[in-house]
Amino acid sequence: MRGATHAKWAALATAVALTATACGGGDDSGGGSGADGTVSSSWGDPQNPLEPANTNEVQGGKVLSMIFRGLKQYDPKTGEAKDMLAEKIDTTDSTNFTITVKDGWTFSNGEKVTAKSFVDAWNYGAQLKNNQKNAYFFGQIEGYDQVHPESGEPTAETMSGLKVTGPQTFTVKLTQKFSTWPITLGYAAFSPLPQAFFTDHAAWLSKPIGNGPYTVDSYSKGSQMALKRWDGYPGADKAQNGGITLKVYTDNNTAYTDLTAGNLDLVDDIPASQLKNVQADLGDRYINVPAGIIQTLSFPFYDPAWNKPGQEKLRQGLSMAIDRDQITETIFQKTRTPAVDWTSPVLGEDGGFKDICGDFCTYNAAEAKKLVAEGGGIPGGTMTISYNADTGSHKEWVDAVCNSINNALGNNRACVGNPVGTFADFRSQVSTQKMKGPFRAGWQMDYPLIQNFLQPLYYTNASSNDGKYTNPEFDKLINQANAEADIPKAVGIFQQAEGVLRDDMGAIPLWYQNGSAGYSERVSNVTLNPFSVPVYDQIKVN
Amino acid sequence: MPEPLEPFDDGRAIDHTGAGGATDLAMEEAETLEKTPGGPLGTGPAGKPRSLWSDAWHDLRRNPVFIISSLIILFLVIIAIWPQLIASGDPLQCDLSKAQEGSQPGHPFGFNGQGCDVYTRTVYGARASVQVGVFATLGVTIIGSLFGGLAGFYGGAWDGVLSRITDVFFAIPVILGGLVLLSVVTSTTVWPVIGFMVLLGWPQLSRIARGSVITAKQNDYVQAARALGASNSRMLLRHITPNALAPVIVVATIALGTYISLEATLSFLGVGLKPPTVSWGIDISSASQYIRNAPHMLLWPAGALAITVLSFIMLGDAVRDALDPKLR
Amino acid sequence: MGRYVIRRLLQMIPVFIGATLLIFLMVNVMGDPIAGLCGDRACDPATAAQLEKEFGLDKPVWQQYLIYMGNLFTGDFGTAFNGQPVTELMASSFPVTIRLTIVAILFEIVIGISLGVLTGLKRGRPIDSTVLVLTLVVLSIPTFVTGLLLQLLLGVEWGWIKPAVSPEAPFSELIVPGLVLASVSLAYVTRLTRTSIAENKRADYVRTAVAKGLPRRRVITRHLLRNSLIPVVTFIGADIGALMGGAIATERIFNIHGVGYQLYQGIVRQNTQTVVGFVTVLVLVFLLANLLVDLLYAILDPRIRYA
Repeated sequence: MRGATHAKWAALATAVALTATACGGGDDSGGGSGADGTVSSSWGDPQNPLEPANTNEVQGGKVLSMIFRGLKQYDPKTGEAKDMLAEKIDTTDSTNFTITVKDGWTFSNGEKVTAKSFVDAWNYGAQLKNNQKNAYFFGQIEGYDQVHPESGEPTAETMSGLKVTGPQTFTVKLTQKFSTWPITLGYAAFSPLPQAFFTDHAAWLSKPIGNGPYTVDSYSKGSQMALKRWDGYPGADKAQNGGITLKVYTDNNTAYTDLTAGNLDLVDDIPASQLKNVQADLGDRYINVPAGIIQTLSFPFYDPAWNKPGQEKLRQGLSMAIDRDQITETIFQKTRTPAVDWTSPVLGEDGGFKDICGDFCTYNAAEAKKLVAEGGGIPGGTMTISYNADTGSHKEWVDAVCNSINNALGNNRACVGNPVGTFADFRSQVSTQKMKGPFRAGWQMDYPLIQNFLQPLYYTNASSNDGKYTNPEFDKLINQANAEADIPKAVGIFQQAEGVLRDDMGAIPLWYQNGSAGYSERVSNVTLNPFSVPVYDQIKVN
Repeated sequence: MPEPLEPFDDGRAIDHTGAGGATDLAMEEAETLEKTPGGPLGTGPAGKPRSLWSDAWHDLRRNPVFIISSLIILFLVIIAIWPQLIASGDPLQCDLSKAQEGSQPGHPFGFNGQGCDVYTRTVYGARASVQVGVFATLGVTIIGSLFGGLAGFYGGAWDGVLSRITDVFFAIPVILGGLVLLSVVTSTTVWPVIGFMVLLGWPQLSRIARGSVITAKQNDYVQAARALGASNSRMLLRHITPNALAPVIVVATIALGTYISLEATLSFLGVGLKPPTVSWGIDISSASQYIRNAPHMLLWPAGALAITVLSFIMLGDAVRDALDPKLR
Repeated sequence: MGRYVIRRLLQMIPVFIGATLLIFLMVNVMGDPIAGLCGDRACDPATAAQLEKEFGLDKPVWQQYLIYMGNLFTGDFGTAFNGQPVTELMASSFPVTIRLTIVAILFEIVIGISLGVLTGLKRGRPIDSTVLVLTLVVLSIPTFVTGLLLQLLLGVEWGWIKPAVSPEAPFSELIVPGLVLASVSLAYVTRLTRTSIAENKRADYVRTAVAKGLPRRRVITRHLLRNSLIPVVTFIGADIGALMGGAIATERIFNIHGVGYQLYQGIVRQNTQTVVGFVTVLVLVFLLANLLVDLLYAILDPRIRYA
């Protein structure tokens, strides 16, 4: 496009701007057509270096999903963990696993993917000195506490639980039984790494090398990354397009505007404020599918004012004062589904998704007012709902939740939103237990298991139990479920634990977040996986 | 007719005639000008204070721009203190089912994205904006005049130190400072925003005050007073302050408008005022996302803000014209 | 002249140190930057401690500042949390913002001064009042509202421009954002020029020039304009620094990956190194631009001699 801007202005001036001008103005959004055409997609600057064990947000995750393939791969539709590089994963006791890596896979630089590629990568990810933010994923492996002690210097370089036993085989020893551990292996942190990663780390970071269907063609940090189809990719899920260009946008509103103007092919995060006109702008080029994300309101149980006996009625009352249907419809234009439990519909009924919350998650102003009064009323008469104001357009729904509570309680000053300027400061206030009232919490699943929605969030002192909720009964049931080898039975016990959570209303479930995306007329076959990341390799350029 | 103002040459003259020794002063004068919206406000007229002020008042009373803007500001101040005079509703009463609806009986401006009445919120929003404008200007003027006045009056090393301190604060980009400082604020009152504006806004006033104090100091009668042995404090209070005040007042009035506007920009960037405070800035920034679907949500608070800012700028303009004999 | 420049440069040192210290303290008030790095969950304490050590955040603020300044003199601006050297971020964002600033300044000079001269010469006429009211309107609407409106109308509704600027940010795409960025200053420049022209129009030297029988055009360009431009030049010069650091809202709206965007990103992610580094450079730009303006001043007004 660069040189032809003026011509394009003229062209666009004559076109109706709202219908994306696929051919006239689309030449900028990607080159070529058919199998070699490239797709341009909105992106945000990844927060951390693009190392697999260091990427914990969706923007970096997009790149990893294209340039890496691990032992397991979650099915883009069902979320089921399927073997990818794993030939087989054997265990007899749910503690010792023998993993065989498929032959014939290479990294895009020609290096063979071997058992060592995995073991080295995992050891790197777990090592404290490497500052990998997803290190805790390796926490179940024996020897993790030596390479990543809670305090002090590491006493070992590698984890004793990992042993390479052959060119394509290695064994893993866990510290305790974990029958569904192989399912977690689809997470990007478990990706293999080539030797180049260790020998020339700086060069690798500026142009990562992996074993996925795409290779990084060029990467200018902070503005864009061009990924090219890797023709030598040995897997079955070969890229259906010539490449993906990820463009950093300063604001998701701007990205959406650019999509409607025909300068961009794919936006995977449509701002709430644009949802109203999405039908008019995009028609059927808009997708809205469930994703493994739930939004909740957590309570500061560490604050004595919010931890009095009998206050479960207050919390239940507040939950009933929130008109989820109205908010998901008006504010979110149905890109959220009112929550009925603490998990996610992507788990499916077999996976444990079930209406457990019942009446407590249904709007009922009269009952809400009664319960709040029985629960001692709102501490101090006024409460705040804290959220971070910089990303994620939380202001709209927090204000709406507060207004809903205020209307139900008949007091316009009962609840007010409390924006915290930056996400960093918000997290810092949460983790140092400075919250004075309920605060927003969002959970995106790491892997599609009901355990992942409950244990990290509500188990006593669990890593993401920000509100410090605790109930021995709940903990007991979780332990029991983890030890249960029969999966349906385990799911049942997890659901019992959820019942305990409901009776305490340890956190108010609000809604399940959908993945929403819009795309231009140039492309088709656009889908989102259960992690709300676009399935880039399946996109076709018309 | 008032007695004709004597063509008393002011600091501005130094720009044109001064050479050599007066360069530093000339530069400072220029710097005064550069930060002054709309004109050479640094041209503080010295001369006889009484005649200047009464003369200006005489002018202003006949200036329709002054009358209109004063009336609007008076109205705003009244609304800011007693919003319930013209709005009976509660700005925090919102009904999501009416979100983004347009004008209807009883709700002339329609509803915003949360289903709150836009008219009520626009009326109640005046308070925060007027508070921010007035108190930020007050703070900036007090601190700025103090620092600038002392620097200008004592000169020498005092001036050097104070001017460098002024430069330090001047060099920090304002919006940037706001983002950094206000991003950690938890208070929901208007005071942190005001405090930030004072912290980063005073250098502007300080430079102007310094320039006009230097100018006033060189007037013959001040020199005469000094020769007669008047004390420093007496000179500052009786002779210099009244003469140096005019440019400060003019700039302050115009700055008041820009502070109100700045509050909206800060809200747009997510660090402005916080609910339950009702402010135009908050409403403009949340409405700005819905600009395509429901422009009415943006129109009213933005219109109110623009009219307010406009009134203060026009007022400052009129006062400047009246105080500046050159332009008569 | 040389001595004057040296004196001014020496005066810059305390200002530079003071301003960087001020911004350093301000950024430190923002709190713990590590907390935001681990997404919606808490960083495990061991990793957090390790990160703090690596970024030197475990030391007292004054020590951090000294270390930072020490590194600065060796050209090391530190590393952002995503592992990218801050100098690299600067290399990619400053050219974009400089282009945007050039566009904005050109608008200020061309449109602002022309309108100012026009209205100054026609003071009191309808054209004067119209322009004056227009500048007031521009001044009273926040820039981000102007930006959003223009983006919606020109970019989306009418399709005259690309609503978002591409990463390369060529001049042609920066015209509208540059206009938006310049709008407030543009209004100031117009008003400043107008006042200055109106004032000088009645000066003796203009009367002399007219009396000598010089053509009107020559009087305006050679005599009137040259003398009237002094305050305008001062304003524009000082505006350079303000424009570069004040483009946060504009850059965000139009997707410009410049200094404002990097700063915003740095603040949101509490990335001390990025924010302090960028502000340090902006402070330098501000100080040098001010010096430059003062020197330019001498060129425009030969009566001023710097000793």
